[in-house]
Formats: sequence, structure tokens, C-alpha cells
Amino acid sequence: MRSHHRRAAQGVAALFILAAATALGQGSPVDEIAKYRAALQDGNPAELWEARGEDMWKQARGPKKASLERCDLGLGPGVVKGAYSELPKYFADADRVQDLETRLVWCMVTQQGYTEADAKKNPFGAGNDKKADMEALVAYVTSESRGIRMNVPQSHPKEQEAYRIGEKIFYYRGGPHDFGCATCHGDDGKRIRLQDLPNLTKVDGARKAYTTWPAYRVSQGELRSFQWRLNDCFRQQRFPELEFASDASIALTMFLARNANGAEFDAPAIKR
Amino acid sequence: MHTRYLLSVMTAIVVTGCAGGAATPPSATDAGIAAKAEAMLKASFKARGQAGLDRLDQDETQRVCSALANKPPPREIAEKIERANLAMIKWPADGKLLGDWKNGEKIAQEGRGKQYSDDPAGPVGANCYACHQIAPQEVSYGTIGPSLYRFAKVRGYGPEIQKYAYGKVFNSDAYAACTTMPRFGHNGILTEQQMKDVVALLMDPESPVNK
Ligand code: HEC
Ligand code: HEC
Repeated sequence: MRSHHRRAAQGVAALFILAAATALGQGSPVDEIAKYRAALQDGNPAELWEARGEDMWKQARGPKKASLERCDLGLGPGVVKGAYSELPKYFADADRVQDLETRLVWCMVTQQGYTEADAKKNPFGAGNDKKADMEALVAYVTSESRGIRMNVPQSHPKEQEAYRIGEKIFYYRGGPHDFGCATCHGDDGKRIRLQDLPNLTKVDGARKAYTTWPAYRVSQGELRSFQWRLNDCFRQQRFPELEFASDASIALTMFLARNANGAEFDAPAIKR
Repeated sequence: MHTRYLLSVMTAIVVTGCAGGAATPPSATDAGIAAKAEAMLKASFKARGQAGLDRLDQDETQRVCSALANKPPPREIAEKIERANLAMIKWPADGKLLGDWKNGEKIAQEGRGKQYSDDPAGPVGANCYACHQIAPQEVSYGTIGPSLYRFAKVRGYGPEIQKYAYGKVFNSDAYAACTTMPRFGHNGILTEQQMKDVVALLMDPESPVNK
């Protein structure tokens, strides 16, 4: 994995050149994005986060000086391979539906001895000045589901309820602009300014969007998790701030993840 | 009064949604899930900057349109929503509907406003270009709404169209129930003068929109 880092750096340079070309209007932005993604397939800077997250997973950390290697992400203690493609799901020990981040917080509290507040303290990074452990762990765990088909369960009543609540939240309109998720993601082939908007009410759109998060955002020089994506879309929706790992975030993730079932997971990806 | 009516319409939608379904426990009805979703939302956000938790409270239009889950409203419901919203439009006291199109262009371009990350002291724009093609010089426009290029040239410059354009910007649901277009005046996003200016952008014969 590490041998890719230099290639990743070259890739980023290439990406900026392509981004500049796009700004000059050569070719449609969609084509350009598809091109630079293809060019970078084996040199995504997200690998830096994945590697850091893997180290962190294995290190003895927290007040109890324990690693996360006994953390059960749903497939048994310590099993990381394929775990993300089945999340969110119901966990009997917590007696609730959890997404990846909530589950990581759970393990950090029960196994490493962190307080919940400490485990949730720094969910999103900001370049080199503020590296978020959470986003590194998310990068590592999600990378271990790459190529595996989404298979999010709906067998437990709480999983079914989370899905239905998530659907309601998706269509919930409010705030000064009357916006809901479906305002911007409820139709085919729409864009805001020049930004393409996926139709998340359709299987195709949901699959493509969900399976490409988390993503390294070139414009931000940062790896972004799905929790971050939701947080930032709610900001654009003019809502107050979505709390990290909140119940609404889990329900909404359940709705979108489940709708992506059957599609091959393909992240951490790289995006504009 | 219209509030009570919309509530009953809302109940009708919910009831219809459940009719024909197998016997479901009360907690799993559509209304039960909607109530849980609302409670969950309210427990999952924190106030930040200018965005308080009151933004999660829905008015009747928002509530009815949310329950439709992106489906177009049935005609009878649409008419009620449109009538109720039309009645709430505040027309300019001076009777003038057109301001300065050049200012209107700036307001239509401005994307800032009302996000918790925005400065509460302003600027607050309308970001019409996020959703509409307007002046042909601006090529970075969105497609959520229809093109407004040549708006008055095609539809006419007369007082009726002026009134429609102002009313549409003030309260878009008055003309198209459950539209995705924000109600800029009704919800206090834009001032009266700002609305006149963007209406001028669409209506003024000198505006690049009509050239
Ligand atoms: C006001 C417009 C707006 C609203 C409302 C909105 N979004 Fe978005 N969303 C966007 C834009 C613009 C992008 C693309 C952003 C980018 O690439 O920088 C996006 C991207 C996304 C993506 C990633 C798509 C991809 O393929 O990378 C997901 C998932 C998403 N939004 C989900 C949601 C959900 C869920 C909600 C409601 C909580 C929501 N959005 C509300 C504008 C919006
Ligand atoms: C979030 C998306 C969005 C934004 C922002 C938006 N609109 Fe719209 N607009 C729409 C949609 C969708 C329609 C079509 C449905 C309808 O009539 O409401 C529309 C319709 C219109 C119409 C009616 C067109 C016709 O031919 O009858 C006018 C006029 C209009 N918009 C003006 C504006 C102006 C001016 C602004 C900025 C002040 C604006 N819109 C901002 C989405 C938007």
C-alpha cells in the first residue's frame, strides 16, 4: 500500500492540471472528472488515510491501552474484511442500529476506555493542521470492503424502522429555503450551477453515490466520510448542524446504504 | 383557517397511504414513522450560527409536501396549497414591482445566505443561477428549474406578467404547489427591494435576459 504514495502525489498534480483544464471549459466537467478518476485509480491519496487508519486500528490506545483488533464490526471480533458493506446494522450488545462511525465510537468506549465525548470529539479533519483519527479509521475499514457487494440487512425490526425513518428524513422539508434532500437529489440529470446532482431516489443514483464514499476531496485536500457528506449537505440545506453519529445520521445512512444493495463497493474514491 | 384545512388534507394523505396495507401495529403506521422521524431529527441537530433548531419546525406547506415524498400533489391538494400561499403574499405598498436589473443580477449570482457557515450580517443572495439559466452571459447555471432566458420577451412585459414574476419570487408555492423553488419573500430570505431587483432582471427590456 505504502509504495503507492509517491504515485499518489504525482496523481494529485495531474489532477490539478485537469481541474484547471475543466475550469477553462475544455470538455464537459463530467468527462474530465471521469478521466481523472481513471488516471488515478491506483494512486489515490486516500491511501495515506487508509495506512494511518490501519496503524491506529492495531495500536494499543486509550486509557485501557487496547487496540481495536477485538472490535466487532458485525462479522465477529476483529473481522474488518467485508464489514462495511453490511453496515449499518443492528448490534445486540448496543441494542441499536449503528453505522461504521457509531460502531467505532462504541468500541473506543467499551474496549479502549475513552469517554463517548472524547471518541466523538474530532470527527472531521482539516488538512495537516487537524488530522482526524476517525476519518483515518473509516478510510481503513471501508477500504477493506472494496470490490464487495453492498448487502445491508433488513431482518431486525430496528433495521426496518431505521430504514423507514431514514426515508422520512430524506423527504423532510424545512428551513428558510423549504429544502429537503429530494430538492437537490430527486430528479434525473439535474445540476446546481455546473455540479451534477445524483438522483438518490433511484437505485442507480443511490448505488453510484453511496459506493463512492468515503472520498478524497481534491478541492479540500482531505479524506471525507459519509458522515461528513451528510453534515455538509444539511448545511447547504440551511438546517442547523447535524450532530456526528446522531440517530438521524444513522437512519439516513441506513436508507441510502440499503438502497445501494447489490452494487460493488468502490471506495475510498477520489472526487473533485 | 387554511392551516386546519391543510392538516386534514395531510391526514387524508397519510390514511390513503396506509389503506390496503396489512394490519400494522400503531408504531409502524406511516404517521407513526413520520412522528418518530421528526422527533429523531430534533434530537440530532445542534443550533449553530444563525441556524437555530426552530428551522426544523415545519409549516403546513412543508409538512404536506414532505409527506408526498417527491410525488406531485393531487390536484385538489395542489389548489389548496396554492390558494393558501397566494393569500399570504405581501405586495409592495408603493405598487412598483420592478427595481434595478443590475442589482438583480448580483442578487441572482450571490450564493451566500442563511447557511450556518455564512456571516449573519450578510450578504444574503438568491442564487437563482444555482437552478436557472437567466442572462446568457452566465454559462455556469443549474438545471433544477426551467431556463428564464428571454423571460419577458417570450411572456410579455405587461403588468400581469410583472405581477406573476414578483409573486413567484415572493412565494413560489402560490403558483406551483410543492415546487423545489424557495419562497424568497414568504420565508424572509430576500427583502422587498431585492425581490424587485431580481424581477427587473427578468422583466426589464434593458436586461440582458431580454436582449
Ligand atoms: C441545496 C442543495 C442540496 C441539498 C438540499 C442536499 N444536497 Fe447532497 N449534494 C449537493 C451537491 C451540490 C452535491 C455535490 C457536491 C460536490 O461534489 O461537491 C451533493 C452531493 C451529495 C452526495 C454525494 C454524491 C456523490 O456521488 O458523490 C450525497 C450522498 C448527498 N449529496 C446526499 C444528500 C442528502 C442525504 C441530503 C439531505 C440530507 C442532501 N444531499 C441534500 C447538494 C445538495
Ligand atoms: C432550488 C431551486 C430554485 C431556485 C434557487 C430558484 N428557482 Fe425558480 N424555479 C425552480 C423550479 C423547479 C421552477 C419550476 C417549477 C415552478 O414553477 O415552481 C421554477 C420556476 C420559476 C419561475 C417560473 C417560470 C415560468 O416560466 O413560469 C420563475 C419566474 C422563477 N423560477 C424565478 C426565479 C428567481 C428570480 C429565482 C431567484 C430569486 C429563482 N427562481 C430561484 C427552482 C428554483
